[in-house]
Amino acid sequence: MTVEIEKLVRRFGHNAALDGVSLALHPGEFAALLGPSGSGKTTLLRILAGLDFPDAGSVRIAGTDVAGVPARLRGVGVVFQHYALFRHMTIAENIAFGLRVRPRRLRPAAADIARRVATLLELVQIPDLAGRYPDQVSGGQRQRVALARALAIEPSLLLLDEPFGALDALVRKEVRRWVRGLHDRLGITSVLVTHDQDEAMELADRIAVMDRGRIVQFGTPRALLDDPQTAFVAGFIGEANRLRGEVRDGWLEMRDLPVPMVRVKGRDGPVEVFIRPADLLVAPSPRRHGCVEVALVRPETESARVVVRCGASLLDGVAPTQVGRILPGVLCDVTVRRLTVFGEDGAREDLHLVDAPGCVGAGASI
Amino acid sequence: MSAATQDPAPARIALVLLGAALAAAIFLLPLAAVLAEALRRGWEPAWTAISDPDSIAAIRLTLLVAAIAVPINAAGGIAAAWAIAKCDFAGKRVLITLIELPFSVSPVISGLVYVLLFGAQGYFGPALRAYGFEIIFALPGLVLATVFVTFPFVARTLIPLMQEQGREEEEAAATLGAGGWQIFLRVTLPNVKWALLAGVLLCNARAMGEFGAVSVVSGHIRGQTNTMPLHVEILYNEYMFVGAFAVAALLALLGVVTLAAKTLLETLTARRIGEHA
Amino acid sequence: MGASAIAPRSASRHQALPGLGLTLGVTVVWLGAIVIVPLAALALKPWELGAAGVLAALSEPRVLAAFRMSFGGALAATLASVPVGILLAWAITRYRFPGRRVLDALIDLPFALPTAVAGLALTALFATNGWLGAPIEAVTGWKVAYTPAGVIVALFFVALPFIVRTVEPVLRDLPAETEEAAATLGATRLQTIRRVVLPALAPATVTGFGLGFARAVGEYGSVIFIAGNMPMVSEIAPLLIIVKLEQFNYAAAAAVGLAMLVLSFAILLLLNLWQRRLRRGQR
Repeated sequence: MTVEIEKLVRRFGHNAALDGVSLALHPGEFAALLGPSGSGKTTLLRILAGLDFPDAGSVRIAGTDVAGVPARLRGVGVVFQHYALFRHMTIAENIAFGLRVRPRRLRPAAADIARRVATLLELVQIPDLAGRYPDQVSGGQRQRVALARALAIEPSLLLLDEPFGALDALVRKEVRRWVRGLHDRLGITSVLVTHDQDEAMELADRIAVMDRGRIVQFGTPRALLDDPQTAFVAGFIGEANRLRGEVRDGWLEMRDLPVPMVRVKGRDGPVEVFIRPADLLVAPSPRRHGCVEVALVRPETESARVVVRCGASLLDGVAPTQVGRILPGVLCDVTVRRLTVFGEDGAREDLHLVDAPGCVGAGASI
Repeated sequence: MSAATQDPAPARIALVLLGAALAAAIFLLPLAAVLAEALRRGWEPAWTAISDPDSIAAIRLTLLVAAIAVPINAAGGIAAAWAIAKCDFAGKRVLITLIELPFSVSPVISGLVYVLLFGAQGYFGPALRAYGFEIIFALPGLVLATVFVTFPFVARTLIPLMQEQGREEEEAAATLGAGGWQIFLRVTLPNVKWALLAGVLLCNARAMGEFGAVSVVSGHIRGQTNTMPLHVEILYNEYMFVGAFAVAALLALLGVVTLAAKTLLETLTARRIGEHA
Repeated sequence: MGASAIAPRSASRHQALPGLGLTLGVTVVWLGAIVIVPLAALALKPWELGAAGVLAALSEPRVLAAFRMSFGGALAATLASVPVGILLAWAITRYRFPGRRVLDALIDLPFALPTAVAGLALTALFATNGWLGAPIEAVTGWKVAYTPAGVIVALFFVALPFIVRTVEPVLRDLPAETEEAAATLGATRLQTIRRVVLPALAPATVTGFGLGFARAVGEYGSVIFIAGNMPMVSEIAPLLIIVKLEQFNYAAAAAVGLAMLVLSFAILLLLNLWQRRLRRGQR
């Protein structure tokens, strides 16, 4: 089922919760809307479900404009943030609800409904809980019930609103993988709303990163990591060291961290520089007077995470080898393998590396 | 409660005893007085007074008025609560204030306003009378005044509860294909039924016990427009004290039963909330 | 009045949940027919007398005396119910004792008991030969029933539950830490109550006072039996409305009614502002 969203605008008073959002999903795709709270992702989800309505723009599901279609006729399954299970109904009754409220001529026979509920309980792996009430089962089980209830109406589109937020960390990972597995089996186009980048990275085929009512980048997890289009994305996805820098005569300069010769094609002026910890290599200085001082070392299996003091800033980096010689207080060299530069407007600047990435500490002695 | 916030035992006992004594004097003594006066000459005269045809007519009328007024306010209260708690529109605060307004209006004024509209010198009275409609000094007037006085009871109990419960369950039902009535009957109503019942009970108690408002619009015609509270007044003014107190005891019983039922409902809902927590 | 101010935010704005048109329609009709139109009649009717006539009707000595009785009596009764109400609220929220639940339920009795029954009961209690009236008269020589004191007793009965029920939730939710903090800072229990607990109750007390006062000013059934209803002495304003109606003087009755409403709403508004200031002072 395709979903095409065009130029959606939704205002609450003077605030635009959605400020011209466009997005197109492939059939069977698992997409995530990722952003901080207040970025408009839940509003977008509610508009898809027919629970909220845009001030401008259009939504087409399977090619049909759904502007005037109320939630109840959309056939969109929703798993709500707090599940919104019906408290006074058993779990089986919850799952059967969507079938029982159908008009008489479309309603399956009672026996068929019972069979379908049994199948769904089997699918979400809670066949023994049919007769329990929602407040008698665990959070993870409630989440499965909510999913089964949404799937009962055989939705063409499945929406998940922060579905793992209410689960504790241990259960969350497991349920997450199980949901992805279920998606791969059923092939329903799904949209996940989350503020947790790990969740989005692990589950989604593509992620739409949202910020202040706009989609700032839509792409695969890999593309978001390797090729962030704005400073917001670079800062929101994955870890990064953020440094202030300045472009002078087309050359990048940073006060705290000397870098190789980098030409920046944009205008001169202040810029923001992002360096992923994995791209900041810390090595013992052969002459023992490297440019950075080690502040903290946390050993990991293959290498070590190192926090180094560099001028006034503390930067995260990795030390691939000779961990034993990198200790707090030791002066080291750093090598920047890769960096990304964003102008003041948050847009990415094109870079041109003149010098091959090299050892900064060795090259420029401080 | 920690030691720091615990009052010393003598103070505690003294306060409890004082509170209990005050409560007994303020709340229990009047009840006892009504019963004592009603049974001053034994059960027989009290029963005779209650089974008197005029008393029976008054009981019937009271039941009839309540049977019309309470459903009107229940329906209005449910509608208002749905609109306010489950939909979006401007002016909700104004609407809630207006709904609660009748609680701050004197019962006598509640009756007066209908006399001004439908009385002999009222705005619509003469015209309606020309077509043969009697409102004041007749059943419709009693019903209207009672509806006014008991107006906010159901709305007031439902609105805060339904607002607190939010819309997620209803929205979930909508995405699953349920229509408006299905959502209301299958999702909303089961979640508020005890509160609704409590509101209806209070509304009913007030409707049956209302005195000031109906006193203005009734005309006090025995056997025809006399409700139980009005009947009490007439008997009292005619120095038929046993009869007055016997009917009053019946009304007091209504109040006590209502109170007991309300307390029971609150215990039930509190326990349910406890289960959910 | 309200109907035009209440409208869907925009005509084209869809609602996620159905039924706004129906429920808002029912609400507006219900509210309009039962409350708005009749109260509009009350606001219009007095002016048939002309402004001077209204003033004359309201400045009759008997009317002024009735207003003094109703408003003064309500003020005295509600003030008296404040300490008793706080005491009862304290007892049922802070202590566990046998019969607490019964006491808790009993406090709502004035809400549930028909007013005429309450009036009759209080009259029987406070009459010169009543269970309370006789000893009071024997000890102090005061008569309660059929005097202004009787009016105040009845209004006290009516106003008391409002104080208890507004103070109670605040008292229950008062964090124990603040009292513990006061104790660790060296305050005695009484100092803690006077300087920490009671000020925290002030806004709720004012709210409860307003509710009780509004109810007491308009009260009729509980008062009418015990008051004696002597013009200029123990006659209450609502009774005067009935007297005017019996004289078929609708406009004068409406004038008294309107004046009562305006005055009590003005007092409620002032109390509301006061309550807000108290609340702001605490934040």
